[in-house]
Parts: sequence; structure tokens; C-alpha cells
Amino acid sequence: MGNKQTIFTDEQLDAYQDCTFFTRKEILRLHGRYHELAPHLVPMDYTNDPDVKVPLALIVNMPELKENPFRNRIVESFSEDGQGNLSFNDFVDMFSVLSEMAPRELKAIYAFKIYDFNVDNYICKEDLEKTLNKLTKEELTPEEVNLVCEKAIEEADLDGDSKLSFADFENMISRAPDFLSTFHIRI
Amino acid sequence: MPKKSDTARKLEDVGIDIDGDVESAEEDKKAKGKGAKKTAAGKRGKAAASEDGEDEDEDDEPPRGRRATNKKKAAQADEEDSDDDFPQRRRAGNRRRGKVRESGGDGENEKSGRKNRRGGKKQKDAKGKGKDKDNDKDSDKDEKKKKNSSGDDSKSDEEEESMSEGEMAKLMEEVEEKKKLIANIRNKPWRMKRRLKVLKEAQQFVDKFEGALGKGKGRKLYAYKVMMMKKWIKFQRDFENFRTSCIPWERKIKEVESHFGSSVASYFIFLRWMYGMNLVLFGLTFGLVVIPEVLMGLPYGSIPRKTVPRAEQDTAMDYSVLTDFNGYCKYSVLFYGYYNNQRTIGFLKFRLPLSYLMVGIGTFGYSLMVVIRTMAKNADVGGGDGEDSEFTFAWKMFTSWDYLIGNAETADNKYASITTSFKESIVDEQENQKDENIHLRRFLRVLANFLITCTLGGSGYLIYFVVKRSQEFANMDNLSWYEKNEMEIIMSLLGLVGPMLFETIAELEEYHPRIALKWQLGRIFALFLGNLYTFLLALFDEVNSKLEEEESIKNASIWYVKEYYANFSANNPNYTGTPPPIDPADVIRGPCWETAVGLEFVKLTISDIQVTYLTILIGDFLRALIVRFLNYCWCWDLEAGWPSYGEFDISGNVLGLVFNQGMIWMGAFYAPGLVGINVLRLLSSMYYQCWAVMACNVPHERVFKASKSNNFYMGLLLLILFLSLLPVVYTIMSLPPSFDCGPFSGKAKMIDIIMETIDLDLPAFMGTIFGYLANPGLIIAAVLLMVLAIYYLNSVSQAYQNANLELKKKMQMARDEEKNRRNNKDSTNQVMKDLEDLLPKNAQMSHAPPENKADKKHDQGGKSPKVKPGTAGSDVRLQKDVSLASANPNARGPVTRAPGPRGPGPLPGQPGAGRGQGPPPRR
Repeated sequence: MGNKQTIFTDEQLDAYQDCTFFTRKEILRLHGRYHELAPHLVPMDYTNDPDVKVPLALIVNMPELKENPFRNRIVESFSEDGQGNLSFNDFVDMFSVLSEMAPRELKAIYAFKIYDFNVDNYICKEDLEKTLNKLTKEELTPEEVNLVCEKAIEEADLDGDSKLSFADFENMISRAPDFLSTFHIRI
Repeated sequence: MPKKSDTARKLEDVGIDIDGDVESAEEDKKAKGKGAKKTAAGKRGKAAASEDGEDEDEDDEPPRGRRATNKKKAAQADEEDSDDDFPQRRRAGNRRRGKVRESGGDGENEKSGRKNRRGGKKQKDAKGKGKDKDNDKDSDKDEKKKKNSSGDDSKSDEEEESMSEGEMAKLMEEVEEKKKLIANIRNKPWRMKRRLKVLKEAQQFVDKFEGALGKGKGRKLYAYKVMMMKKWIKFQRDFENFRTSCIPWERKIKEVESHFGSSVASYFIFLRWMYGMNLVLFGLTFGLVVIPEVLMGLPYGSIPRKTVPRAEQDTAMDYSVLTDFNGYCKYSVLFYGYYNNQRTIGFLKFRLPLSYLMVGIGTFGYSLMVVIRTMAKNADVGGGDGEDSEFTFAWKMFTSWDYLIGNAETADNKYASITTSFKESIVDEQENQKDENIHLRRFLRVLANFLITCTLGGSGYLIYFVVKRSQEFANMDNLSWYEKNEMEIIMSLLGLVGPMLFETIAELEEYHPRIALKWQLGRIFALFLGNLYTFLLALFDEVNSKLEEEESIKNASIWYVKEYYANFSANNPNYTGTPPPIDPADVIRGPCWETAVGLEFVKLTISDIQVTYLTILIGDFLRALIVRFLNYCWCWDLEAGWPSYGEFDISGNVLGLVFNQGMIWMGAFYAPGLVGINVLRLLSSMYYQCWAVMACNVPHERVFKASKSNNFYMGLLLLILFLSLLPVVYTIMSLPPSFDCGPFSGKAKMIDIIMETIDLDLPAFMGTIFGYLANPGLIIAAVLLMVLAIYYLNSVSQAYQNANLELKKKMQMARDEEKNRRNNKDSTNQVMKDLEDLLPKNAQMSHAPPENKADKKHDQGGKSPKVKPGTAGSDVRLQKDVSLASANPNARGPVTRAPGPRGPGPLPGQPGAGRGQGPPPRR
């Protein structure tokens, strides 16, 4: 217990537990993982909230994210500066949202952010094309991509502006049977 | 500007309900996307205005005009650099912070106006509660927070003047709100920094004002309550921490997950869940039945039922006998027959027979509760039914990647399978399922089902035959090993061969893999269920014959005892005292059918375990070894070619687990030790299968999920639970227990033990109450009431379903209308264009060409959804598009007419007066 106490104060741990879906032990483990990413950058002592950020390149190499086609988008949408540099807070935030306990609504919000490649608050055809190409490693022909994207928009677009707003997205995703089980990373 | 905010205010009430939850949930994003919205505002006048209204609502400070100007300025600034989102966001953040500061200033400056404002806010709160959306409440809290940051200093002087009732209530409410915020803060889509800050503020606020609440006598009590509440929360958190650290195998499952994706892992999670449930059952059975019996019951050898009969004593310790659970095993606490019918045992006066019955029923009660609770939870989380295929492509796009995957090979497989599935859906979409030879296919399907029915019937008959034969064998001596274990072997083999046979037959049917999987599962389920029930029926036959046999043995044993005493007195005429009791090993016994049934179940379970483990060892491990090492010296590539490595059979394993559990439930009443065996099995199976799957299986090439993950399995489990409940309850309620073994011996029915307890141990009035309760009149009334309740709930749920459907339809209609409106505009333009072409070429020409071009461009973007997907090439589509559109007005008369009033809408926009003649013929 002694050396654990030096990483966070009890208040900090309590606050993190209030703000995330993690238990004390998991938060400490997360800190361990975070520290592993950049041992020379991240201090072991977090009691005075050091302002440290780990760059995107290091984070996407985590085994949990390494194979994910959307890894860059995930990290970018959770970073405060939008460039993919994660502070420990952002890091915890990311895994909290992706944890098993997070509710569907919260996950939907961040999923929307992740799939919104050009950050314009709409998932437009361009975003869909990018998503699809990442999912299939660009094995589909342009015509097929075009068709699939059009179909997807047609299915989910409620207000008929041929791009998906968050309302469209949430309506669609809230009925997807696999969303919760797949939008989930165990830490 | 003021006009705009006016409309905003007017639309506020309308807009809230439409956009409210989305907007407030998205608050963060909205701030940064505001620029984009503002630019769009011109076009989408109404919608944008309502959104603005919502914005205003959130900001919610009286100087609305000023705020609006601020925002407008910011929005304008945003417009200038709308591509670069980074400064935007920073500005948004600044703005938010600015707001807080501003409201703080407001609070200090307008102390007089404060009261009013709060009143206004109260109204708003009430409104917020009316819309019971969680997110709406969030926004309320949000504004609360802003206010409170101002309120902090203003409150402190408020406190000095002793608070009035109303203020107190308000404060109380605020504190409650804060508490709610603290409890829900993790669900907010905010940055962690902001969350931490808000949390800190809220906590400080609560700490500061909580003590101030309550007054006079109530104060102390309130403080005490608050303190206890804090302690309770702390305890809950510690308990939660403890509980999660107790959940085993998290690492193992994660490893499997990252190698094989979520579907394989779902089996292991199910296994773990099962283990947890069985652990509880084990605790119940051993804690309340087995251990008391061992500690306080009569020792082995004291009475006949606890002694191995003389005839079996020589072989009772042999290894082969013990592995069959005969000999000493049969006469041990593991089985029903060992328990004595003494009402109370030991110095604690523990009522063992009652406890035995209660545990038997409690096992089912607990399992039922847990399964249903888990199902409800899953259904709650599981979202939609996923059956309606309106979102095929969108779902594929957004939910097909499994975020758990962390292994390169699996990822490659996943990419491939996603690509395939997309291609498949495209083909499906294009072909709309053309069936060339429907007759042949139908014939094949009928044939396949016929074959499968035959197989099912055959397996049922085989089991019946074997059970019958085993009864004959039971009366014979010197049997071979096979003859003794024939039934178990046959059942396990059937379980092994049946699914493979089904798979082969299913090839005939040529179903889509997903549908084929469902059929396959259903058939295996039917096979297992049929086998289990045939087995059970045959067993009951046996039980009935044993019951008949019992009668004669009962008489024989009474006669034997009499004879013994008669002989004894005849042989020792001088002996005056009571004669020494008979050696318990010599007493004639009944067949004790309960133990026999328990024994069958234990044997079945054991052989099931053996077969499962051997299958894994041979089918997976040995195969993997051969493929891996023989590959160096083989003619073809074994790894890529025929045998290859095995894949993990999720559905088969889950079904195996479910049926195993069914056997445990059925057998646990007759053999309390079975639960212990099952716990061991699950424990070992976790490690063994984890090892096997990691060592010798390869990731699935094509994954078709069984269904909505766990609830499908849970449904099977529930069904099995009910089916295994029936025979046990039947025996408890209506079969007479054996006369000389088990805790209920001497009773007419097992259930009588409860009556006895009521009569003897509870006060008399309880007996009468129970008497009334058991009155048929009352029971019928209760049943009627329940039926009515079921009927009522059913109709209510149906009404909800209808409402749901109606809403869905409405949404669909609104969507279609929207689309039609745009399409309609286009198509009128198309018609117009055609008309234009028909018109004599005159001065209009100067206007027309650019018009046309613009229209065409618009067309391509706007109307594409309506195009049938069969035409993928873009130039081909354009042609078809035109033809479709021109055909449109005639073909879909009623639909195009729907947005009627808008028909003329686009017309004024069109230049040239002559074109006004276009529409009339259409209408």
C-alpha cells in the first residue's frame, strides 16, 4: 500500500472513481500502463497534477489499440487539443468510456466523434468512405464503396440532409445489437 | 438581431423537445460546431432557429440579447476560420468560462434581482423535470452549477439572515441536485478535467451547505443521517472495489478476447458466470445440508442406510467400484440415501430433513432468480431487437469492428470477413434473391428435415432401448465394463455424433450461414432435450418398478426383524434384557430409488466431462500437434489444406454447458454431491479450455454471431431450468419416498415435511393460517388474480408495442416526406426541363442553360438515395436517374402530391413566366 499511496492521494482516487467507471485498483493499473508508455515523461507521483502529455504515436502502439483501424481517431477524439496528445486525465477518460460499464448513450457520443473524421459534427459521405476503407483495407471497388455509403446514409438519415447528424447516428446505433459488445476495450 | 432572439424564444418550447436531449448531450461539440450551424442557419431557417433557442435556454441568463450578440460575434469569428477547429474549440472553452465568470458577476451586481431570477429558474427546473430525459436534466444541472458558482458567495450572506422555510427547501433541493450530479458525473460526455473540476465544486458545495440544513430538533437527526449516508457510500465503494477484485480470470478472458474477438470470449464469460452461480449453489448445499450432516449426523455404520450391505462389503473399496460411485461412495453424504429422517440433529437441533427440502427448492428458486435477473439486465443493455433489417449497411459500417481485437492474425481475419460481408450484402441488395431452381432446393430442404427428424427419433429410441437394457443388466452379475456403462457411453456418443450429422445434412439445405447456424442450434437443442427427456422417462419407468418392489421388501424386512428377535429369544432363553440390535449391514433394504436416480445423474455428468475433455484433447490438441509437426514431411500443406487447425465451436460448447447445467439441476436433489462435482468441472474447464483455445485453435475465418450475445444463451438456460424443474417437483409432490433411506423416509410424500414442521414447531395459529392459505378457494382466487394481472400486463405491453410501431411509422413518414420534398423539387425541375425542351426556342434560352446545369448537379447529390442500387456505374446511373425521375410523377401520384402546398414553392424561384404552365397538368 505504501508505494501506491505516493502515486495518488486518496482524494484524487476518490475523485477518479466518481468520474469514471473504474475501481481504485484499475485506476492504479491504468496509471501503470500510462507510465509504461513513456517512462521518462510520466512521473510516478501524480499528487500535484503534473501537466504531462503523451503523444499519439506512443499511445497507438498499445496492444489494445495496435490493431484497431480507428486508433488514430480514437486517440484524437479523446485528446483535449485534438492532436492526439493525451494527458493522464484524457487517458483515463478514454478507457472509461470504452469500458464495459459505460452506458450506451455515452458510448454513442464518443463513437460519433470517432467516426466523424473531419470533425464537422456530421458524419458525411466522406467520413463514411474513410470508415469503410479502413474497415475493409480498401478492398472494395470505388463503385462498391459509393454504393455502400449511399445505402448507409439512406438507411440512417432521418432528416434527409444526406449526412448523419448525431440524432440520426444515435437512433441508428441505439438499436444495433452488437454495438455494446464490440465498442469496448478491456484494460 | 432582436427579432431573431424573439423567434428563438418562441420556438424554445417546441425546440426543446425535438433537439433538447441531443443538444445538451452534445454540448461540448456543439460549442465548437456552432460556426458550422450558424452558416447553415440561413438555409435551414426553422431548424436552426430552434437550435438557437435551445442554446439560449442553456445559457439561460436574463440579458439574453447581450449573450446573443456575444455569440453572434463569436460565431462570425468562427465563420472566418471555420476550417481550423482548434482555435474554435479554445474559443468555445473561453466562452464557457466567460459565462461562468459573468454569471458570477451578475450574482453580485444584481442582488436585488436575484430572487426573481431564482424564481424563473425554478420554473425552468420544473419544466426540465417534465421532460424526463436524463440529458435534459443534465443541462439543468449544468445551469445550476453555473448559478451556484455565483451562488457560493451570495449564499454565505444569505445564511447570516436566518433562512426562511422556502429558501431552506430551495437549498435542500440544490444540495440534492448536487448529490445527483456527483452520482452521475461519470455519465457526462465532458473532458476529465472539467469533470474533476465540477465534481470538486459540487462536493464543496454539498459539504458547505449540507450541515446547514435541518433545524431545531431535526438538525441533529439530519446531521446524523448525512453522516451515515457518507459512511454508506464509502462502504459501497469499498465493497464494489472488493467485489471487482474478486472477479476471477479477467486477464485470461482479456487474452482470449484479444486473440479471438468478442464472440469466443462470450463463451468464457458465460462459463465464468455459470461458475459464480454454481458456487452459490454449492455454498447452499454444502453449508446447509452436507456439512451439518457430516458434523452432527450419526456416523457411518450406525444405521442400515449408512452402511454398505454385507454382500457388497468385500468389493466396496475397489477402485473400479468407487469410480462407478458404488461401494462406499454410494453410501456417503454425496447421495440422498445416506441422510437420516431424524427430525433434528446435534445440539443445535438442526432440522436436517426440512433443510434438505428447502435447499432443494432454494436451488431452483435462486437459479431462476439469477437467470431472469441477468436476462432482464441484458435486455436492458442490449438495446434493439436487431431483427428489423432497416440498418443493414449502417450497422455493418459502425458496429462490425470489434474493438477488443488486439492480435494481428485475428485483425486480418476480421478485415477479410467484414469485406466479405459487405460484398455479400451488396450482392443481396443487387440481386434481390433470385432463385433459379426453387423446386430442387425445396425438395432438398424437406429431405433434410425428414432425415433430421429420423435421426432425432432414432436417438430417442436408442436411449430408451439402452435404459431398458440397463435395467435388465442391473439384475445380472459379472457384467463387462461396457455393459455397465453402456447408457452413459451411448448418450455421450449421441451428443458427439448428432451435431456432426446435422451439419452434414444441413449442407443440403444451402441456407445463409447465419440462418443455418440457427437451424443447427435448434436441432442440437432438440437432440439434447429429447435425449434428456427420454432418459428421464425411462428412469421413471424404473422408479415405478422399484416402488412396486419396495412394498414386498418392506414386508420382508419387517418379517426379518421379527424373525431375528424370535430367533434370538429362542436361541438365548436365559437372556433377559433387550436383544442386541441387528448388525446394520445385514438388514434387508429397499432399492432406494432416489439414490439410484442420483447415481445415474452423477455417472452421466462424469462421462460427459470425460467425453468433452477427451474431445478437446484429441480433436483439437492432437490435431494441432499432427498438423504442426507432420507438416514438415507431408505431401501437401497440412496447415492450409485439409485438416488445418480447429476452430473454437462456440455454439456447441455453450449448448454443452447449458445441458450439463440442466443435469446438475435435476440431479442435485438426489445427489447433493453433484453440485460439488460440477463446481470442480467448471473450474478445471475454465483453465483447460482457455489453454486449449490459446494453444491449438485458430481464429474464425467467418464469424456469425449466434444472436444477441448472451441473452440467447440465457434463454436456453431458462428453458432447461424449467424443464429440469418439472420432474423434481413432481417427485417432491407426488411420489412416495423410499421407506428406509433418505431424510423423508416414513412420510407419504416428501412435501409432508413442511406440514409436519408447521404442525409441530410453529404456534397453532400459524397452522390455521396455513390451513386457510392452502384452501382451494383461496388458491383459485389467487390464480385468477394472477391470470388477470398477466392479461393486464400483456395488453399494456401490447399497447406500448403498438405505440412504438406507430411512432416508428411516423418517423418513417416524416423522413419520407422530407426526402420526397427534395426529390419532388428535383423532379418538378426535371419535368420542367422536359417542358422547357418542348417549348419553342426563344429568348428563354439565355436563362435556361445555367439553370439546367445547376439542377443537374443538385440532382446527382440529392436524388441518389432513390436510385436502385443495381446500377453502380455513375454515368449509367445518370441516365437511369433521368428516366426514373420523369416517370416519377405518374407512377407515384399520391406520394408526390403529399407535400402539396410546397409544390408551387420552388416555382417563384424559377425565372421565366412561361414555365408556370408546367405543373397544372400534373395536378
